[in-house]
Amino acid sequence: MTAVRCVDICKTYAQGDVDIKALDHLSIEVAKGEFVCLMSPSGGGKTTLLNAIGGLDIPDSGEVWVADKRVDQMSKGELADLRLANIGFVFQAYNLIPVLTARENVEFVMQVQGVPAAERRQKSTAILEEVGLQGLENRRPAEMSGGQQQRVAVARAIVSRPALVLADEPTANLDSHTSDDLMELFTELNEHHNTTFIIATHDQRVMGYAKRLVRMLDGRIVEDIPQNAS
Amino acid sequence: MRIAPVLGRLAWRYLWRNHRRTIIMLSAISIGAWAMMFMTALTRGMVDQMISDGISVIPGHVQIHHPGYLDDPSIANRLPYTDAELARRFDGAGFVAWASRVRVPAVITSERESRGVTLLGIDPAAERAFSFVDYDAVDGRFLESVDDSGIVIGAKLAGTLETEVGKRVVLMTQDPENEIADRGFRVVGLFHANIESYEDSFVFVGKRTAQDLLHIGDTTTEAVFVGDDYRNVEPVYDIVSAAVDDTVRVSRWTEIDTYLGTMLKTMDGFMLIWVVVIFLALSFGLVNTLVMAVFERVREIGLMLALGMKPAMILGQILIESMLLLGIGLLIGDVLAYATVKPLESGIDISIVAQGMEMFGASSMLYPALYLKDVILANVVVLILGFFASLSPAWRASRYEPVEAITKVG
Amino acid sequence: MNITLRLAWRNLWRQPRRTWLTTGAMVFSNVLLVFMISLQFGMYGLMIDNTLQVFTGHLQVQAPGYKDDQKMRQVVPDVRPLAERLREEFDSDRIAARGWAFGLASSAERSYGIGIYGVEPEFEPKVSNIPGLIEEGRYLDEPSAYDIVIGSVLARNLRVSVGDEITILGSGVDGSFAAAVLNVAGIFRSGVKEIDRNIAEIPLATFQEIFFMNGAGHQVVIMAPSLGAVPELQARVEAAISGDGDLVVQDWDALQPGLKQMIQADMSSAFFMYGILVILVAFSVLNTQLMSVLERTHEFGVVMALGMKPGRLGRLVMLETAMMGMLGLVLGAIAGAALTIWLGIRGYTIPGMEEMAAQFNLPGRIYPQATVLSTLIGPTVVFLFCLLASVYPAWRLRRLHPVEAMRTH
Repeated sequence: MTAVRCVDICKTYAQGDVDIKALDHLSIEVAKGEFVCLMSPSGGGKTTLLNAIGGLDIPDSGEVWVADKRVDQMSKGELADLRLANIGFVFQAYNLIPVLTARENVEFVMQVQGVPAAERRQKSTAILEEVGLQGLENRRPAEMSGGQQQRVAVARAIVSRPALVLADEPTANLDSHTSDDLMELFTELNEHHNTTFIIATHDQRVMGYAKRLVRMLDGRIVEDIPQNAS
Repeated sequence: MRIAPVLGRLAWRYLWRNHRRTIIMLSAISIGAWAMMFMTALTRGMVDQMISDGISVIPGHVQIHHPGYLDDPSIANRLPYTDAELARRFDGAGFVAWASRVRVPAVITSERESRGVTLLGIDPAAERAFSFVDYDAVDGRFLESVDDSGIVIGAKLAGTLETEVGKRVVLMTQDPENEIADRGFRVVGLFHANIESYEDSFVFVGKRTAQDLLHIGDTTTEAVFVGDDYRNVEPVYDIVSAAVDDTVRVSRWTEIDTYLGTMLKTMDGFMLIWVVVIFLALSFGLVNTLVMAVFERVREIGLMLALGMKPAMILGQILIESMLLLGIGLLIGDVLAYATVKPLESGIDISIVAQGMEMFGASSMLYPALYLKDVILANVVVLILGFFASLSPAWRASRYEPVEAITKVG
Repeated sequence: MNITLRLAWRNLWRQPRRTWLTTGAMVFSNVLLVFMISLQFGMYGLMIDNTLQVFTGHLQVQAPGYKDDQKMRQVVPDVRPLAERLREEFDSDRIAARGWAFGLASSAERSYGIGIYGVEPEFEPKVSNIPGLIEEGRYLDEPSAYDIVIGSVLARNLRVSVGDEITILGSGVDGSFAAAVLNVAGIFRSGVKEIDRNIAEIPLATFQEIFFMNGAGHQVVIMAPSLGAVPELQARVEAAISGDGDLVVQDWDALQPGLKQMIQADMSSAFFMYGILVILVAFSVLNTQLMSVLERTHEFGVVMALGMKPGRLGRLVMLETAMMGMLGLVLGAIAGAALTIWLGIRGYTIPGMEEMAAQFNLPGRIYPQATVLSTLIGPTVVFLFCLLASVYPAWRLRRLHPVEAMRTH
């Protein structure tokens, strides 16, 4: 079953006088349960691709399908619902709401979904434990290290068991040890819950965990190689 | 809306995230709210006092007269009903108080001086309830019955006439045949009044004594009726009108003293204007604060939208934040207003401008009065106007595009 | 200095909406202040002038104690020659002698006790409005005629009109019985109930005859060229009469103490309101400047690390406030003055005001005038308070440590 399908999408930005082709007739298919790494040097378009898949940024042309729905033609409300129910995001930075504690950040999406309090609490406790943050539930982001913040963001992204997780440079601010922990976590989720992962990165370490490596350059896919599990 | 608690929590936390700014805003709002209510309490107090003083000298809420009396207040224009007739129509009709009296212009002469005054022939027992004279604060004594042969004059008049309790004065007036009617009276009491000029203008004798002096038998020149609420005299007016025919003219107090009647109405208008003006002065700061707060949170708003929050929820969250700010500020202002008015309720002495106040029709003691309805008005106006003022920044926040928001300043 | 100015100005416009909103608060308050203050200044002067011109005048020469007791026997001897002498000495014809007595006025049908003034028909119009407010008939013209003019309410109460006769009964200055029959020559309407109901005027010579005054009277009324000229004139008049027994000169404030007091009371409440407006604007500025400083913490840290002293930065912040304040002052003063001038041409009235205005001798429609003082005083105070408000944010800068500051963001 195809989780994500992009057909011939294009996206161009103007930066000053120059037009930048972030996505240049790009097509890609990702099946359910895949663990994909998107690689490109900075500005290579991977963030734009993730945003397009997640319905945050509509391409100028082409089709974007997520779980058999046309994302590029959805209304704002439908997109919001899609993101709420089906997609977990881990952004490069500013992942957390600073005025909420770790637990509250994790529960945030569930609250918007209308999940009852008891259930929320149970799930958030479980997921915070799973990412190794038990004891830190009531801390605010400002009181945590970069790595801990990132783990909260991941917890939030996966707590409602979305079908698809999109992560943009999740290890950018982490030391090597924490990076490894994080990637182990991702792998485990992927294998146990069959969650589809699309991770944009230029961290070699991360690439080592990838089961499929997609290299991009100037908005195009230049290489798409399945990897052996390491 | 199950989402409300989250929005509420976010709103509260965001409010205190920048506590310096919030505290400054709260201070401004509470000072503004306090000023609204304090000024209103002072003004209300003054106007209430003015009106009750004014009504006490009219007196009453509704009066009846001969149709020509108000234009030509002479004894020729007496009420067509005798006292017996009036009692038949009005006793037991449910007024707080009512009485008939003789009111005519007269000249009072002492050994030394003469002055023009208004003679009031009254039933002291019936008028105690609404008279502007405090019977118990009279030097000497007040009148004791309708047959009392003494005269009570104002303390100031006594000074002008160079007379005092125990001395004699002569009262001169006109009877219905246009003859001069005069009689000597012994001064039995000197009264004091809030408004000093009343002491110069009015003299009191017993009603029957006046009727004898004027040879008018059992008739009088006016009857006054007092109800519960001077702001709404319609019930009294209706009862009185129903009980008389058109040989009698029925007047509400607002028609008799149009100055006071107008004052009552315009004061309400002025106070509303004052509330709105203060709000407008605050509104710039309020909108500014919200705009700045939203601006600082652009990325977070983008995040929330990206996570699946609907724009309407963002709008709601910011509105809740604004309403919380206003609500707390108003509460503090309410408490401040109460705390500052309560101790002053026993009266502020403004006798330093006593004569100025008299020109206004006010007395030299100011009794501030904080009414619940004024507090509610101020609070409701601020909340409603504040809601509308907050709509613009809140709306703009909800219009952010997640991607732009997240990548802003990134 | 120049670059600092430019820097301050540009800093203001980094956040245009914020600056405009804060300036907006200032302009709003300033417009209100200019309008209200102009209105007040104009109204007070008008109120005093109007009230005094009706009857009281600016100064009165009286016997000592007359002001408080108003006794017939407290006379100004030889009052007409005195008035004439003062007219010559001050080269002004806005000086008139009067006498006053209480009496009973009777018509064919009615009697009322009233105050009777003996006036000089030739000079009374120069010190009082009443002669000019004749509705029916004419004012007094002959100095010793047995004419009388009365107020409209009194005429109605007495049921008389021009040409009818009125009998006056009273006491002469020596206590003896005084009586006369006078001809109603005219009826006046001043709009002030007390005056229209209680006052009648007859020629002074006639008055002196009827009440056996023996050449005496009770007042010499004097009008000064303007309100401001009164104190000086008072001193000169006192000097001029110093040889004439123990007469005193009372100024209008002593004669009508309520006037000044009423104005004072009104000004107190107005000050309270103005004060609140200014404070609220100052809070607005405090908020804005504080935010503006805090969000530039990093930048300031850098600048300080490069060697700029915190004091200089503080001055920069105050300069920014001053510029914003100037903007608010200028825009507010112009808008306020424009509003005032427009209303000054068109006239300004609120429903219900006519009734209340009549009570204070004011016209029902007011034409506010903007003067330089009334336009600038409010906005200037606002400006000063805004500068004051920026002291705290500027002071905070002194406590800034460059390294800490740069760690922000």
